[in-house]
Amino acid sequence: MDLSFTGEELAFREEVRAFLEASVPAETRRAVLEGLEVSRDDTVRWQQILHRRGWGGPNWPKEFAGTGWDPVRQYIFEEESAAAGAPRLLPFGLKMVGPVIMRFGNAAQQKRFLPRILSGEDWWAQGYSEPGSGSDLASLKTRADRRDGHYLVNGQKTWITLAQHANWIFCLVRTDPAVKKQAGISFLLVDMKSRGVTVRPITLLDGSQEVNEVWFEDVEVPFENLVGDENSGWTYAKFLLGHERTNIAGVGASKRELARLKRIASEERKDGKPLLADPGFAARVAQVEIDLMALEITNLRVLAAEADRRAPGAEASLLKIKGTQIQQAISELMMHAAGPLALPLRRGATEDVPGARSAAPSHAARLGATYLNLRKTSIYGGSNEIQKNIIAQTILGL
Amino acid sequence: MRFSPTPEQQQLGDMVQRFFAEQYGFGARRKILDSREGWSREIWTKMAELGLLSLQVPEEQGGLSPAVVETLFTATATGRAMLLEPWISSAVIATVLIRELGSAQQREEMLAPLAAGERIAVPAHFEPLSRYDLRRVATSARRSGRNWTLRGRKSVVLHAPAADLLLVSARSSGAADEISGISLFAVPREGPGVALSPYRTLDGVCAADVELSDASGTLVGVEGAAFPAIASAFDQGLAARCAEAVGALQAALDATVEYTKTRQQFGVPIGTFQALQHRMADMLIHVEQARSMSYLAAMRAADPSARERRRALSAAKVVIGNACRFVGQEAVQLHGGMGVTDETAVSHLFRRLTALEMALGDTAHHLEQFVAATALAEGT
Repeated sequence: MDLSFTGEELAFREEVRAFLEASVPAETRRAVLEGLEVSRDDTVRWQQILHRRGWGGPNWPKEFAGTGWDPVRQYIFEEESAAAGAPRLLPFGLKMVGPVIMRFGNAAQQKRFLPRILSGEDWWAQGYSEPGSGSDLASLKTRADRRDGHYLVNGQKTWITLAQHANWIFCLVRTDPAVKKQAGISFLLVDMKSRGVTVRPITLLDGSQEVNEVWFEDVEVPFENLVGDENSGWTYAKFLLGHERTNIAGVGASKRELARLKRIASEERKDGKPLLADPGFAARVAQVEIDLMALEITNLRVLAAEADRRAPGAEASLLKIKGTQIQQAISELMMHAAGPLALPLRRGATEDVPGARSAAPSHAARLGATYLNLRKTSIYGGSNEIQKNIIAQTILGL
Repeated sequence: MRFSPTPEQQQLGDMVQRFFAEQYGFGARRKILDSREGWSREIWTKMAELGLLSLQVPEEQGGLSPAVVETLFTATATGRAMLLEPWISSAVIATVLIRELGSAQQREEMLAPLAAGERIAVPAHFEPLSRYDLRRVATSARRSGRNWTLRGRKSVVLHAPAADLLLVSARSSGAADEISGISLFAVPREGPGVALSPYRTLDGVCAADVELSDASGTLVGVEGAAFPAIASAFDQGLAARCAEAVGALQAALDATVEYTKTRQQFGVPIGTFQALQHRMADMLIHVEQARSMSYLAAMRAADPSARERRRALSAAKVVIGNACRFVGQEAVQLHGGMGVTDETAVSHLFRRLTALEMALGDTAHHLEQFVAATALAEGT
């Protein structure tokens, strides 16, 4: 048992760090580190830069032109990327539909779709939730009926993150309404430019438009876009969830945000002294830092178990719960660090009127909005209550 | 980065678990608990035979030190068993003290009998006014010939009634909270000027307050310079107590899950109720976070950087202290009325977890220590 990284792992970290330092565009880096909005172009450009370096698929096997990194190297890459202010890689292609196509797609689908994920040409969206199907996802109603040479898709998906930027969406659709709900679901790839697809933005509590409703009205989808077998989509969806959750602890990003919290709390003053020197505030920061230290080790334990060829298990649920609690706690403390100056709701530095002067320091600009926005983390990706059900049933056997 | 133990370490871990499962079940422990001494010489001898008392003894004296993973596994097993014998006091803290401070002759003379289970030594360090502060030593030491004369009071000395030897800290110079001026002395428990007021702690461990009135002690190490070794020994004891806590936490969770699967109300096992399932899921999260930190504590307990050591150990104790409190209280609550009786294992686990939360510094103390070490590291 040894909690230190090996010499090779440390050398790898140096290599990653040097590359990031030279390659993350300055304005992107600034946006990420200061908590400003990261644009579609920032995200796509970064995927292209990584792709040119051969690192477009940090979690993909070599067989599909990925890096072939083991879980510890993937972890180091994520941690260094977060610290360096690199934008988050889009999970929808790399961590969701990509692994499903690798495992269950046919050779033609693999050839057609996988390279375009690595190159950043395709932006995927995840079409799972529906207005009546959130935690009870298997109750979904969007239908795909067989017609001559294609499926005819009708229904409504919702909470589709960044669908406004997407050109493809992978959907769970009902192909057999007569059987048990899980047994009649298929996994379908839909071109967003198809006739009958409508995207309507949903404005969130922080004023952002991050998620959308996506409507399907008599959308024709060729049979060749079905992944795997008809009516086996639930199995693929569960496989996908396992992959999605494995990296959901967000330790690297939380470390970065914790450092930012400490910077802000050192600049803010209380009674003329740094807020971070206030014993009450310092104790709250310390408690989050300590929880994050523990989560990092728990995360590495889960990764090590994976590396030993044991499949991702229900431990991922623990990582999701604790990871999101910590993200939320850090953003809450940042907002409280800025105090009343966090109240003005400005969405980004880009909206600042030239010449106008704000009384608030620039770091306060989005702290309130971020706090509001991050309430989503304990709700999406299987709410934390659903994760507790999984722990109770799968680990505790209740 | 490697989380799996070597086959030999795993073997020892399995062996210790099996030993306690067979020899230290609830009924067997109950008999020991109810005995006059409150601990079992027979169990102690068997632990010596298994080599568990020599993990921290140097190789030259026939031991296995540093044996970090072996100590971790053994401590976790003693936690699950709710051990009443002085394993951490004697085989970890006192052994490390003698190993670090003793002269070659003292190491030779004192360590072998400890490893063999023939003698028991325990640290007598904390005092009525010291709270959790290791530096605050008021007990005084005065040289008299080749020996030293000690005056003062030591409080809540765990396992003192079972010990042959007390390792007493006392100062020959300096103010009450100064690091320099503290020395360590070996004092026979039955020696003149040593008076014990024995009692049991709330988790059933035999302990005593110790009054030293011109007691005679033998210096272990260099006069006035014992503090770094005392701090190091208690840090290794702290890491062991963290691992012990993980064993007790897992046992409390297991007992609760088992109970809610069998206890029927409204015609179904109460474990089918989501309100209870979610609380047990929260307990599991606490246990796993605690386990992670018990690893960190074990690996960093002897870290040469005092700051890194402090940050790691205090962080571990904060996570584990929170877990002890949450899991202990929830385990009792989920057992309903049975949880507050003396006859269920869970109430004993709760008592042990309560004591563990306060052992060698409670959560608030270690949170403060962590803040101080972090601020020093970051220069704020």
